[in-house]
Amino acid sequence: MAFWIASSPHNHIQKSTSSLMRLVILAAFPGVLAQWYFFGWGNLIHICIAMITAILCEFIILSLRDKKISEQLFDGSALLTALLIGVCLPALAPWWISVIGTIFAIAIAKHLYGGLGHNPFNPAMAGYVMLLISFPLQMTTWQPPLSLMEMELNFSNTLTTIFTGFTLDGYSVEQLRTTIDGVTMATPLDTLKTSITMGLTITEATQSAVFGEHFALGWEWINLAFLLGGLYLISQKAIAWQTPVSFLFSLFLCSFIAYSINPDSSASTMFHWFSGATMLGAFFILTDPVTGATSVKGRVVIGLLAGLLVYLIRAFGGYPDGVAFAVLLCNMSAPLIDQYTRPRTYGHSKESS
Amino acid sequence: MESIINRINQQKFWSFHGGVHPPEQKAITNQKPIKTLSLPDQLIIPLQQHIGRQGDLLVKVGDHVLKGQPLTQSANPMAVPIHAPTSGKVADIKHSVIAHPSGFTELCIFLEVDHQDTWVKRTPCNDITRLSNQEIIQKIADAGIAGMGGAGFPTHIKVNTKPDINFLIINAAECEPYITADDLLMCEHSESIVDGIKILDQLLSPAFILIGIEDNKPKAIDALKKATAEIEKIHVCVLPTKYPTGGEKQLIQLLTGKEIKSGNLPIKEGIIMQNVATCFAISEAVIHDTPLLQRVVTVTGQALEKPQNVWALLGTPIHYLLNQCGFDNKGMEKTPVIMGGPMMGFSLPTDTVPVVKTTNCILAPSYKEMPSAFEGSSAEVECIRCGQCADVCPTNLLPQELQWSAKAKDYPQLKKLNLSDCIDCGACAYVCPSHIPLVQYYRVAKAEIRQQQQQEIKAEKAKARFEARKQRLEKEKIARELKHKKAAEARKAAMNKSTPEAAEAKSAVAAALARVKAKKAASQKSSENTASTQASEETTIQDNKKAQVAAAIARAKAKKQEKIAPQESSSSAENESVKDDKKAKIAAAVAKAKAKKEQNKAAESEPEQAKASTSADKKANAIAKAKAKALAKKTASNNSDDSSKEQKAPLDKEAKKAAAIAKAKAKAKAKALAKKDKASDVKNNSQDDSQISNDNDNQDISQTGTPDKVKDSSDKDTKKAAIIAKAKAKAKALAKKQLASESASEESQMIEQQKGAK
Repeated sequence: MAFWIASSPHNHIQKSTSSLMRLVILAAFPGVLAQWYFFGWGNLIHICIAMITAILCEFIILSLRDKKISEQLFDGSALLTALLIGVCLPALAPWWISVIGTIFAIAIAKHLYGGLGHNPFNPAMAGYVMLLISFPLQMTTWQPPLSLMEMELNFSNTLTTIFTGFTLDGYSVEQLRTTIDGVTMATPLDTLKTSITMGLTITEATQSAVFGEHFALGWEWINLAFLLGGLYLISQKAIAWQTPVSFLFSLFLCSFIAYSINPDSSASTMFHWFSGATMLGAFFILTDPVTGATSVKGRVVIGLLAGLLVYLIRAFGGYPDGVAFAVLLCNMSAPLIDQYTRPRTYGHSKESS
Repeated sequence: MESIINRINQQKFWSFHGGVHPPEQKAITNQKPIKTLSLPDQLIIPLQQHIGRQGDLLVKVGDHVLKGQPLTQSANPMAVPIHAPTSGKVADIKHSVIAHPSGFTELCIFLEVDHQDTWVKRTPCNDITRLSNQEIIQKIADAGIAGMGGAGFPTHIKVNTKPDINFLIINAAECEPYITADDLLMCEHSESIVDGIKILDQLLSPAFILIGIEDNKPKAIDALKKATAEIEKIHVCVLPTKYPTGGEKQLIQLLTGKEIKSGNLPIKEGIIMQNVATCFAISEAVIHDTPLLQRVVTVTGQALEKPQNVWALLGTPIHYLLNQCGFDNKGMEKTPVIMGGPMMGFSLPTDTVPVVKTTNCILAPSYKEMPSAFEGSSAEVECIRCGQCADVCPTNLLPQELQWSAKAKDYPQLKKLNLSDCIDCGACAYVCPSHIPLVQYYRVAKAEIRQQQQQEIKAEKAKARFEARKQRLEKEKIARELKHKKAAEARKAAMNKSTPEAAEAKSAVAAALARVKAKKAASQKSSENTASTQASEETTIQDNKKAQVAAAIARAKAKKQEKIAPQESSSSAENESVKDDKKAKIAAAVAKAKAKKEQNKAAESEPEQAKASTSADKKANAIAKAKAKALAKKTASNNSDDSSKEQKAPLDKEAKKAAAIAKAKAKAKAKALAKKDKASDVKNNSQDDSQISNDNDNQDISQTGTPDKVKDSSDKDTKKAAIIAKAKAKAKALAKKQLASESASEESQMIEQQKGAK
């Protein structure tokens, strides 16, 4: 009797790449829900548009590359990229923003570099940065939390705004963003930056309604929700804990030093932690294994570097938030970091390894 | 070291990097006792079941062997003998598939079991302390014990070391899932195992004996603790369950905190590790004089109805074990059957593969239980660099980077990443979410690197050999040149000395040079001759005959002339005759020389132009002949002037003699020429021959010349005549040869013409 020949090990943990991706998407749910709660349907609509675009784009390119469509189309990586792009976009950005961003992310940032596992840059962040640079107006038209808005923004209003630029009642995005006082509202990070450049102190700046009771109205809860999802991922060993921990530590340290030196013009550590895309970046973007460092030490180094970069861009850069840029810069340095953080092999002295 | 023992006493251990926790699945078999199977009908015993060399066969087909009888032996220490596991007849000795991942065939003894199970004579030893270490080692070697944990290293070599051992570690970890063979052996035979450990203690006298065992074997731990309670030296170390705790390096690190340097053996750190089953085999061999004939094999997996541990005779075919345990492939066309555990075992190509000394488990999983064993590498997708493999690697390698380099066949990079330190444990491939068969890639890369290294060594050797040869040739050349130079100098010095030898040497050199020149000229000439190269025997014979004829004619002529000479004689002064004599001699010599020259030429060119010679040759010959004849006539007439009528009678006699001599000489010459014709190495020979013949002629002249002075004038005259005749004969013979192709009539015509001229 002849037997089936296979190579050892014959046993397998029965985890797969796609299940890993699905787990990450699942873990992002609390954050997305929080976003929906505070900012309405905008991001959910964008996530849907991005996902449809991503699947179409992935299908076309996989067929062009003669790959196994059935296996790779639904491996979840494209969907995850689309989700991240959708989460990052301003809720009321026009529909073609997410379409262009997703096409760029999937076709150029991912597949032109060799597809899953070979892309040097995080596709979602590459797409986001491309949009930010190419369409600065659309990409900065952040909408204030629903509770601060004059007009009621229901699902149908959001949908028409995204696709036509106007609500059913004919209000434009600019009008939606404006308060009764005629002041355009922006994100807390944006507001803070503008206030500080105008010479206001932090205490004065945070009087603005967008900061709410704690750090940033709505954003703090969204960040908390992403933190929750991230902790779940770590508990499931879906992501490595080193990167987010070192990233948050680094950001904390930088803001703490700045706050200690100059509390008047420096935001608090917790403001940095719970505003903008800090937690999303820490647990969902920096932990992308493909573009990050692989060794334990390397992951720590990447996290520290990202934290420093995020702080520097927020404090001194031209953009209010710097997670996307920090992530891309870390992606660039990841291979080098890997090269210099190889672990010592068993039985080898430090020098030879 | 004390601190290590202190830690161990507190049951605190070190840890190793990585490791995985695959489902243990030991409960399938660890509650049932080890079953002794009935004897199978046939055993297939591979000659080599261990690392090293196979021994030489001691039996032949048809032999009846008894249980425990050695089947092979060897003086090589790396060869471990095998024994007949039961009594029976050697049915066949041929190649058969062995227990190896490659599925290669090796020489196996097919034993037809006679079901008598008759033992050879055994001599049990009740008191091992009376045995010397060498005796014990010999017993271990004779019992054919090789490491039973998996590697199969000959045990007698491992225990035969210098007595400077800090730790003897007994590996009872059995970290592979499913396998419970050692577990049950410890439960049922802990006393024997401890006996074996005692023997090892006697051999190695280590400072401490540590038994490493995972905490998932509580019964075995209890049994061992009970059996070793009275021995202070032995520490039973209960370790947390984690794969691969049972790896040699990992267990050493866990128990002692020491790392074995890459490429070193644990013995360098004063550590020796033995498998628990090996200890049992040692006690059986030394105390009961029972060679290694059987071992505990875990037959397990969900494809079996009755999975259990069995005592399997070495050589038992797998199908027998599977049948005994109720193998059911549930209609699956292709099921994997794995020898060894799920992490490091290999799937078997056929069910005729026999149990060998290192077989600890036969695993027949169901699809539900182990789908990846059925799928192979088909589920592989792209690596996403998640790094989980690096997290679980017990040697702290970077499996994902190794994988890229292995796929790219970047061997220098693989070496830099320490591929050789990979222990093939399979933890990386076990956790890989992309289902990449990492270990398989490493195995291929390792094999290719090994092959490349061997080729490099080969090339290096060839290069060294070539260089050595070049050097040797160079040296020889220089030595030769030096020798030649020295010799030339010596010769020069000798020549410059004004001794007669030197002069002789000089003249010899000159002669040689002249010869070389002549040869050159001749060869040039011969090369000009484009005539056919076929020299037939017949023509040679003809030539011979012609030469004889010519000689006869010459003889006749000489006679005639001698007869005529006295008739035509007239009175003349003695002075004149002396003068004439000289002249005649000179003329004759010239003629002879000419003739010789021609002859030489002819001889040289003969082979190339046997039949047709050029007209130039012919002419030259004819002229020479004519000249010779004319001269002869002249001298004859001169001679006849001097001779008186009274001297007629003796003169006649002399003339006859001379003619006879001439005849003989002519014959000899003719023969020599004929010979030359046949010779293959023509040029040199003809040159030499002509030289010799020249010499001969010179001798002849001198011989015939000496009596000239003594005898009277008439005597002299006859001599002259004879010489002339000789010359004539020679010339004739030559001419005959040269004109061999021409018809006899032409020849006779010429003779007549010459006669007429006379």
